Amino acid sequence: MEIVVLLKQVPATESLVKIADDGVSIKTDDIKFVINPYDEIAVEEALRIKEAQEGKVTIISVGTDKTIEAIRTALAMGADEGILINDPDAQGCDALGIARILAAVLKDIPYDLIIAGQRAVDDDNYQVGAAVAEFLGIPSISMVIKEEIADGKIKCQRTIDGGTAVFEAPLPALFTTQRGLNEPRYASLPGIMKAKKKPLDTKTLADIGLDSAILGEPVTVIKAMQFPPEREGGRIIDGETAQEKAVELVRLLHEEAKVI
Amino acid sequence: MSQGILAIAEQIDGVFRKVTYEALSEGKRIAGSLGCDLTVLVLGSDIENISKELGKYGADRILVADNPALSEYLTDAYTNVIAATIEKENPAAVILGASVQGKDLSARLSARLGAALAVDCVAVSAENESLVVTRPMYGGKILADVALEGKLRIVAIRPNAMSIVETAGAGSVEKLDVDVGKIDLNFVEKKLETEKVDLTEADVVVSGGRGMGGSDYSVVEELAALLEGAVGASRSAVDEGWRPQPDQVGQTGKVVSPNLYIAAGISGAIQHLAGMSSSKVIVAINKDSEAPIFSKADYGIVGDLFEILPLVKEEIKKLK
Ligand SMILES: Cc1cc2nc3c(=O)[nH]c(=O)nc-3n(C[C@H](O)[C@H](O)[C@H](O)COP(=O)(O)OP(=O)(O)OC[C@H]3O[C@@H](n4cnc5c(N)ncnc54)[C@H](O)[C@@H]3O)c2cc1C
Ligand SMILES: Nc1ncnc2c1ncn2[C@@H]1O[C@H](COP(=O)(O)O)[C@@H](O)[C@H]1O
Repeated sequence: MEIVVLLKQVPATESLVKIADDGVSIKTDDIKFVINPYDEIAVEEALRIKEAQEGKVTIISVGTDKTIEAIRTALAMGADEGILINDPDAQGCDALGIARILAAVLKDIPYDLIIAGQRAVDDDNYQVGAAVAEFLGIPSISMVIKEEIADGKIKCQRTIDGGTAVFEAPLPALFTTQRGLNEPRYASLPGIMKAKKKPLDTKTLADIGLDSAILGEPVTVIKAMQFPPEREGGRIIDGETAQEKAVELVRLLHEEAKVI
Repeated sequence: MSQGILAIAEQIDGVFRKVTYEALSEGKRIAGSLGCDLTVLVLGSDIENISKELGKYGADRILVADNPALSEYLTDAYTNVIAATIEKENPAAVILGASVQGKDLSARLSARLGAALAVDCVAVSAENESLVVTRPMYGGKILADVALEGKLRIVAIRPNAMSIVETAGAGSVEKLDVDVGKIDLNFVEKKLETEKVDLTEADVVVSGGRGMGGSDYSVVEELAALLEGAVGASRSAVDEGWRPQPDQVGQTGKVVSPNLYIAAGISGAIQHLAGMSSSKVIVAINKDSEAPIFSKADYGIVGDLFEILPLVKEEIKKLK
């Protein structure tokens, strides 16, 4: 089983993000970068499938020099091989552009199963996974909380609005992860040592036969960023007893805020 | 602009989701500012009857793709039918709800059609050729204005962010010839928790965190039920196994923006705040007066949630 994980490096979720001087990106100097939490779940699931039925796990990421850390971490968790697409022309891509690049990489390597995160917690696009599947012409199932592979098919339980549903698809297929699928392992010390010797290829767009002209101009363009309106907050309801506080809260919600 | 706006309706077992009405109302507003028509596409099986209703929300034309193969949402079948309809209708923009289904569908569609896509839009501004949306990034820590360019734009709006406007119009219903195309996916089964109010669509959310101390959420559930709201949870409560994962609010859970969000026994970690800061009114109940949640709450009570919540419930009952 050839399993590919699409992995993005993102700011850690505990980061305090600040808007950069250009007004359309964030300041990255003080930020700790990590594997996108949903992609970490993807790596874990790939490893479990590999452990259960043999196979190879390849990590693909479009990123920068810094992204090597994230790929090495995935290799230390147990993945076998990494491919980094590092090219200045890839940096300005929107989600569809990234998906085209990933699809181009995938056209040259074998795969039975592709796992992506449901979203990257930086841009929150919810787009790249399904878009890669579309470009490759394979089925996709998103927000998966359980999967089972047998007889050339994958059966997935996924989150739907108001519940869960089970779908089946023939391989090769792509699915995206939802929390609850698994609890990602930590890289072990021997794992970290081994990861240093595992293959990690860095390629440019030209190396994968993509011309930035083919990628085209991005169709989604960030024009401005702002912080959501600061919440005033901080009003503590006084009262001698719990009873008094509860009465005052309900009065305020009813008369002042008018929400009940 | 002669091209129209195409809204995609979302129904599950013959019931439209609230976000469908929001998408139609917003679609109508955009169509109004561009001086064009609003068309809505409904997909499903045996849905002709329910589709008529959509005229009430501003649809000039109601296209019905009625086919047994569309009875359950299948990413590929729905993408095939919608893409074919888009090619025929040639709309300037497509609008739909950024529900779980809407996100999956719009991602696949955007790739099929090379369309610009923005999900979770909380505001849309359309003038002449330009379409700019506002959407959260970084789990809601940032709001970005994003221009959607190119021939076709897909706008997926965040549930509960836009108002529903009823109109006097009654759109004309047209039945489509449906070709569901190549389908790889096979629907096996689904489980719906029908009695539950959907977290992202609820007007009131009452969430309990690690301060609940265990899986007995009755004080939270009873207050939520009284307010016809939904129950949420912090990740810690989910990790403890006290609540199911779909109840998680936050950067790696659901983003909610109800009229009223009550956080009980939740400290207010940045990842949790990212999921609920856009709520209209926030109430925090925590026994630690230093808890960061209080700095975001409109109203805070320092106290034991097991004491406060039942008292709040009794007080609200008196109003009813
Ligand atoms: C990658 C990543 C993603 C994450 N995503 C999310 C997310 O999406 N959503 C999320 O919520 N968290 C998320 N977290 C976790 C987050 O950092 C916090 O750990 C979590 O939100 C804390 O949950 P809590 O407030 O319930 O628990 P705690 O921080 O332990 O707070 C419990 C609170 O309850 C109060 N309390 C205790 N007993 C009572 C009582 N009887 N009455 C009143 N108050 C009481 C305490 O004073 C305390 O303030 C994420 C973390 C990471 C690393
Ligand atoms: N630059 C990237 N390199 C590799 N995979 C990516 C990249 N961007 C997004 N992905 C994958 O697509 C998923 C969804 O990302 P997004 O559509 O940006 O929210 C992520 O969880 C990754 O699995």
